[in-house]
Amino acid sequence: MSEMKESKKALFPMTKKEKRLLFDPLNDNNPVTVQVLGICSALAVTSMLLPSIVMAIAVTFVIAFSNLAISLMRNYIPKQVRMIVQLVVIAFLVTIVELTLKAYSYPVYKQLSVFIGLIITNCIVMGRLEAFAMANPPWQSFLDGIGNGLGYGIILIIISFFRELFGRGTLLSGTPIEMKIIGAGSDFWIDTTTNSWFGWYTNNNLMVLPAAALFILGMIIWYQRSKNPKLVDIS
Amino acid sequence: MEEFLNIFIKSAFVENLVLSYFLGMCSYLAVSKTVKTASGLGLAVIFVLGITVPINWLINRYLLSENGILGMDLTFLRFILFIAVIASMVQLVEMVVEKVSPALYNSLGIFLPLITVNCAILGASLFMISREYDFSESVAFGLGGGFGWFLAIVAMAAIREKLKYSDIPAPLRGLGIAFIITGLMGMAFMGMMGIDPAIFFSGK
Repeated sequence: MSEMKESKKALFPMTKKEKRLLFDPLNDNNPVTVQVLGICSALAVTSMLLPSIVMAIAVTFVIAFSNLAISLMRNYIPKQVRMIVQLVVIAFLVTIVELTLKAYSYPVYKQLSVFIGLIITNCIVMGRLEAFAMANPPWQSFLDGIGNGLGYGIILIIISFFRELFGRGTLLSGTPIEMKIIGAGSDFWIDTTTNSWFGWYTNNNLMVLPAAALFILGMIIWYQRSKNPKLVDIS
Repeated sequence: MEEFLNIFIKSAFVENLVLSYFLGMCSYLAVSKTVKTASGLGLAVIFVLGITVPINWLINRYLLSENGILGMDLTFLRFILFIAVIASMVQLVEMVVEKVSPALYNSLGIFLPLITVNCAILGASLFMISREYDFSESVAFGLGGGFGWFLAIVAMAAIREKLKYSDIPAPLRGLGIAFIITGLMGMAFMGMMGIDPAIFFSGK
């Protein structure tokens, strides 16, 4: 609790640059749709909302703290071995995340399976270390890490929202506040038993397949670029 | 031998790392602009996967598991050791490519060292653990997975070379259409899911 208070106090008088570090990755410089980093996990874990929220938190944690650590060490790392140093820092943080999840939330751990380990090779983490933390002071790198983690998380949550809603008819299943939206039975918000208004609707099985994530991501990019023409790929 | 071929074909086609598991997408999307560079990177990936998966199998079996040399359960060190093996192998490949083909080395650029963080490589090692392959199976899995990756990236590059001449809405051009095409290719490969290659060899 005291930690939160402190960070709030420190966050308040943010300079313009720091604000940009935190909020730019949400849209203009989104790690997934603009920098094309970290696609693998964005596709694989998004079939339901809960694992993708957990994944977003885990990735944000790893990016923020690896950025911080590398930025603190940046003047002492010889250039030839920087990759290995970076990977060791990341692997260390990911091991912490993995063991924590295994201990506190075993079902989610099972669901994410190898993809927790694959945060190590999530290019967002390496990409931000190379592009930002190697050349910037710790506090800014930390903010950059949180910003990029959030940008990644937003895309994950949008994709998994649509996939879970249309693929299974529920939202947040697996949590105490599971919402049943579309399906057959009176406990769903939209009842699709055959003689009801929405009787024509059945769950779309395509949405459960990973290919659906690619389509939704393509749509998100389409939408984002038509709103934000400076991102359009000319080549 | 039959078992070897079985796993090779299964990991190359039925359980393709890119098109069924969507691993290694970053370099897959970034390097698939021309067939030439794509096949160069594909070959490098085959080589790295074919070496690292068996080496990681040996490390996992003889160093990290409880009945290995050290006699302790060190599996929590798995990530760090695996990634160290992969990083050093990639370094090796980089030196070989630079020596043998400087042109390819220059055209691959940053993506050669980035094979280290290609999730397909670490992913294959982790799949090898979770599927409990033995040594020869892990050799087959590494080579097959690499071959599948090679196939996918070359196919994608060929499609994208043709796409240059088609009329796509401007915001969808480039990355957007690449995602949608990958999705369609993934669905096509999904048609092979559940096929057991063993039936081709048993002669039934």
